[in-house]
Amino acid sequence: MTGRTLSFWLPLAALCFSVLGAAGSALGADAQSTINSGDTTWILVSAALVMLMTPGLAFFYGGLVRKKNILSVLMQCFMVLCIISIQWVLVGYSLSFGPSVGGLIGSLDWLGLRGVGMEPAPYAPDVPHQAFVLFQMMFAVITPGLIIGAFAERMKFSSFCLFSVLWATLIYDPVAHWVWGRGGFLGTAGGWGAIDFAGGMVVHVNAGMAALAAALFLGRRKGFPQTMSPPHNLPVAVIGAALLWFGWFGFNAGSALSAGSVAVAAFMATHVAGATAGLAWCILDWLRYGRPTTLGMITGAVAGLAAVTPAAGFVTPLGAMAIGVISGAICWAAVTWLKAALRYDDTLDAFGVHGIGGMWGTLAAGLFATQAVNAAGPNGLLYGKAAQLVIQLKAVGITAAFSFVGSLALLKLVDLLVGLRVTDHEERVGLDLTQHKEAGYTVIE
Amino acid sequence: MKYVVAIIQPDRLDEVLARLTEKEVHLVTVTNVVGRGRQKGVAEVYRSHKEAGSLLRKTKLEIAVNEGFVQPTIDAILAGARTGEIGDGKIFVLDLPRCIRIRTGEEGNDAIG
Repeated sequence: MTGRTLSFWLPLAALCFSVLGAAGSALGADAQSTINSGDTTWILVSAALVMLMTPGLAFFYGGLVRKKNILSVLMQCFMVLCIISIQWVLVGYSLSFGPSVGGLIGSLDWLGLRGVGMEPAPYAPDVPHQAFVLFQMMFAVITPGLIIGAFAERMKFSSFCLFSVLWATLIYDPVAHWVWGRGGFLGTAGGWGAIDFAGGMVVHVNAGMAALAAALFLGRRKGFPQTMSPPHNLPVAVIGAALLWFGWFGFNAGSALSAGSVAVAAFMATHVAGATAGLAWCILDWLRYGRPTTLGMITGAVAGLAAVTPAAGFVTPLGAMAIGVISGAICWAAVTWLKAALRYDDTLDAFGVHGIGGMWGTLAAGLFATQAVNAAGPNGLLYGKAAQLVIQLKAVGITAAFSFVGSLALLKLVDLLVGLRVTDHEERVGLDLTQHKEAGYTVIE
Repeated sequence: MKYVVAIIQPDRLDEVLARLTEKEVHLVTVTNVVGRGRQKGVAEVYRSHKEAGSLLRKTKLEIAVNEGFVQPTIDAILAGARTGEIGDGKIFVLDLPRCIRIRTGEEGNDAIG
């Protein structure tokens, strides 16, 4: 082994040993605690449900691209699952949820989950700390996954990997800390009091604005919009949307961090909003184009699920219905008119669905939140607290601006380092063959 | 011997096959194809965008026949595939110099039937 490789492996080994030691001592200290097996079960099941959303997203996106690019999208989604899970254990969790440094970022105290063991989680005393780490890990994984929709069919795989790790570390982790970290400057734990139940800002606005930045920075695909083929396999996209919907129950109801009434309220709101928005998009297609489309219905459902995410544990079923119908309508308008008017090529509408839906949902939380559903949360405008809407507006503006500008800077950096976009020839041949030397479908048996 | 190639609307296939059977033409190869004619393709709605210029789905039939069966084959396809609407398709009749049955090695008129 050369000196150069040793200098890389030795610190890593040291880190591993120190982590092992820390975990061991934490296990030993788990004698008397507040940990509850029912809540722990729900969080573990929820973590698994949220994990399933990333493959679900892969199928949702994969069915919508052209035949020659399906594997590239599936591969990118699975790559974030692998690479961000590791990033999360090594640095991500500490930066997001570690002891706050000025409300802006978590400290490095929990690097490699040092000292993070089976003791009651500081953020959820009913479950072991590592259960909370796992649950949040799945959010950190899917968020960069959502951005894939914007740059699908034209980004180099190597630059995608580099961008995703940088984005998770420098954009996702800080925003997660601002909103959810103890002492974060936007959130309810010592900040301005902006509410984000399960990630309207942290996940959807954040990924949606990064998606817009990526669509603008990378430019359009060859032939967009005149000669683009329609989605190559809609049934696969429907399977993906179904898995997303299913996983979303863990995403939102799991964010109650216990198996009680707030989890039930979030579950109800999630389902109602998804159903309402799918129906709304369907009706709009029907009225405007004379036919209800499958793609419209599943896209609307995802828009409603994204929009209700920040509000899920704070609103009544009827509040969720209002959030759903409006999210279906405005995301439909964003995808139908805004994209056509501005002529940006957000391949799979990551901005139009998650960005717009997330922004609306975050504001809607400031409208429809009620302490009748969640005594620990605030009331919104409709329940007498207008100030909450102002806080939501400021928080969503800051998150959106930071994500957009920061993402542009990272895209520029990666472009300078390794180049973002594939060559024209590679784009025409397709990313499956040129990036992975594989084909999604064989021609001969 | 002639080689008859017909491009028809996919939803007329069953009807065309029935008419061919009536004329005792059983040998046919069918493929799904895409293409366009003078009407320049179709507009599909994709995520609320009307997209024009796509190729239309069609069905292609290939039928090798002896001289006596050429007109009955054409009649059967016309009867089964014609709706009078734009996009009913076309029939092409080509000369067929040779035909060999792989199983027996027979050639020509004997091999076709």
